Amino acid sequence: MSKKPVEHVHARLDHDEDLSLLHEVSMKTAGVSRLEMCIQCGSCGGSCPSEMDMDHTPRTLFAMLRAGMREEALLSNTPWICVSCYHCVVRCPQNVHITDVMYALKSMAIQEKKYRDSSAPDFSETFVEMVEKYGRSYEFGLATRHYLKHSPLRMIRTAAMGLDMLKKGRLNMKPTTIKGMDQLTAILNKAKEMELAHE
Amino acid sequence: MSDYIFYPGCAMESNAKAYYDSLMEIAQPLGINLQEIDDWNCCGATEYVGINLIPAYSLIARNLALAAKTGQKTVLSSCSACYLNLAKADYYMAERPALGKKVNEALAAGNLQYTPGSLDIRHLLDVLINDIGLDTLKAKVVRPLKGLRVAPYTGCMVPRPDYNKRWSDPEHPTELIDVLKAIGAEVVDFPGGTTCCGGHMTQIGPDTAYELIRRLISSAEKSKADIMVTVCPMCQLNVDAYQGETNSHYGTDYEMPIVFFSQLVGLALGFPPEKLGFGSEITSTAKALSRIGMDIPEAALAEGKQHQQEGLPMPPCMRKTAKTPEYKRPCAEEVKA
Ligand code: SF4
Ligand code: SF4
Repeated sequence: MSKKPVEHVHARLDHDEDLSLLHEVSMKTAGVSRLEMCIQCGSCGGSCPSEMDMDHTPRTLFAMLRAGMREEALLSNTPWICVSCYHCVVRCPQNVHITDVMYALKSMAIQEKKYRDSSAPDFSETFVEMVEKYGRSYEFGLATRHYLKHSPLRMIRTAAMGLDMLKKGRLNMKPTTIKGMDQLTAILNKAKEMELAHE
Repeated sequence: MSDYIFYPGCAMESNAKAYYDSLMEIAQPLGINLQEIDDWNCCGATEYVGINLIPAYSLIARNLALAAKTGQKTVLSSCSACYLNLAKADYYMAERPALGKKVNEALAAGNLQYTPGSLDIRHLLDVLINDIGLDTLKAKVVRPLKGLRVAPYTGCMVPRPDYNKRWSDPEHPTELIDVLKAIGAEVVDFPGGTTCCGGHMTQIGPDTAYELIRRLISSAEKSKADIMVTVCPMCQLNVDAYQGETNSHYGTDYEMPIVFFSQLVGLALGFPPEKLGFGSEITSTAKALSRIGMDIPEAALAEGKQHQQEGLPMPPCMRKTAKTPEYKRPCAEEVKA
């Protein structure tokens, strides 16, 4: 049955702590992040299926934000390894919107060009480019461009699977473009303007 | 007939065509009337929001605005990621009015607007259970899937984070189990029901993805399932198409088919497999279907071939699987045990 509402404890924040980084990330998170409410219990890391490949568990990462460790936090691979499964979110006793905080950290890392491996950020950027061009995602173009740039060897290995997908009618060779491309572009341009103004 | 504004999402047009085709077959007899949002756009998957927040939410909101313009109130999505994106954007725009306001300013540049909270955003599984109802479904079953052992794979994004309190349980939801029981299938005890399929990690961090896919398939195998059933295009793609890669990574020989729940519902309602997209999977369902006395007809496979186009634009030397020896990471369970 669904979780009963819990009474939230306020995280104890020292008065002389510099919480500017924490607040900045919080502001850049969709919805109300509740990042300030984190009590460092570690339920998130304990629930995370891809924690084994992360530099830091979500809990550690949030402690780093509180400590103002901008460079280290943005360089962490954790947000890029997060698979968006929301396991941590439903188990967090403080209702921190952890997955969305990961998205905010990714966008900050991209803006400040702080990442050790460019493959994941590039993938997101190529995806977005395709959507901004056609209005729909275009898997074939996305995968070929991404593999060519980052792992041509893997492209060879997956070619057979790609052919299978093609044979079964599951891969479109041409992108679909929506009719209202001008409208979508106008909306996105305005949104980007506002995103910049917000910085 | 219940009326819904339908948001299919990009995958339904390409890699998850079997989902789309089977949904189109079963909708009518179940009384689900779908009106597709005219000129909908991509929801941004899990990518756009990791780049730019306001554009990402504006992208999603264009769909909500177009849906609201139809005058209907209920949006139905069959893709888990699309459903979550639409539902979450709607929730967050209401929760944080400053975000809602900015998104609306952006929408205004395209002569659109959307009032957060004005639509009810639902997933097909929820609609089938709560609007159509298990009794109606049961009454329409002409071919119960007796003897088919099914692992119910609901995945992450349908029951979580569940801001709208729609689902029975975020970690052990019963909805898919109930549907499968209603069509007469034997539901196995499958602990992996809501664990992640790896999402986009197949593209950017294959080792992480292989591990997650392996855990799922091995759990289904241990449960002695004949087949896994999903409600999500991404889950189907990862477990089905990347099963071969996962096998070569770990030296395993899993052959666990995975299909969309609408395909099994379609079989139980009496539709032939070829109308339901069977035959389009990479990991064959033939053995599983034979357990209920059904074949994937040659016709279905031939039809798949009709879609064949000129082939991948790459040199012929690249058109085979190259067996590159690679480092095999021990399975997490082995390490932790
Ligand atoms: S589960 Fe929530 S409260 Fe606990 S450490 Fe993680 S974010 Fe903080
Ligand atoms: S949403 Fe991300 S951080 Fe949270 S449990 Fe899943 S993978 Fe881990």
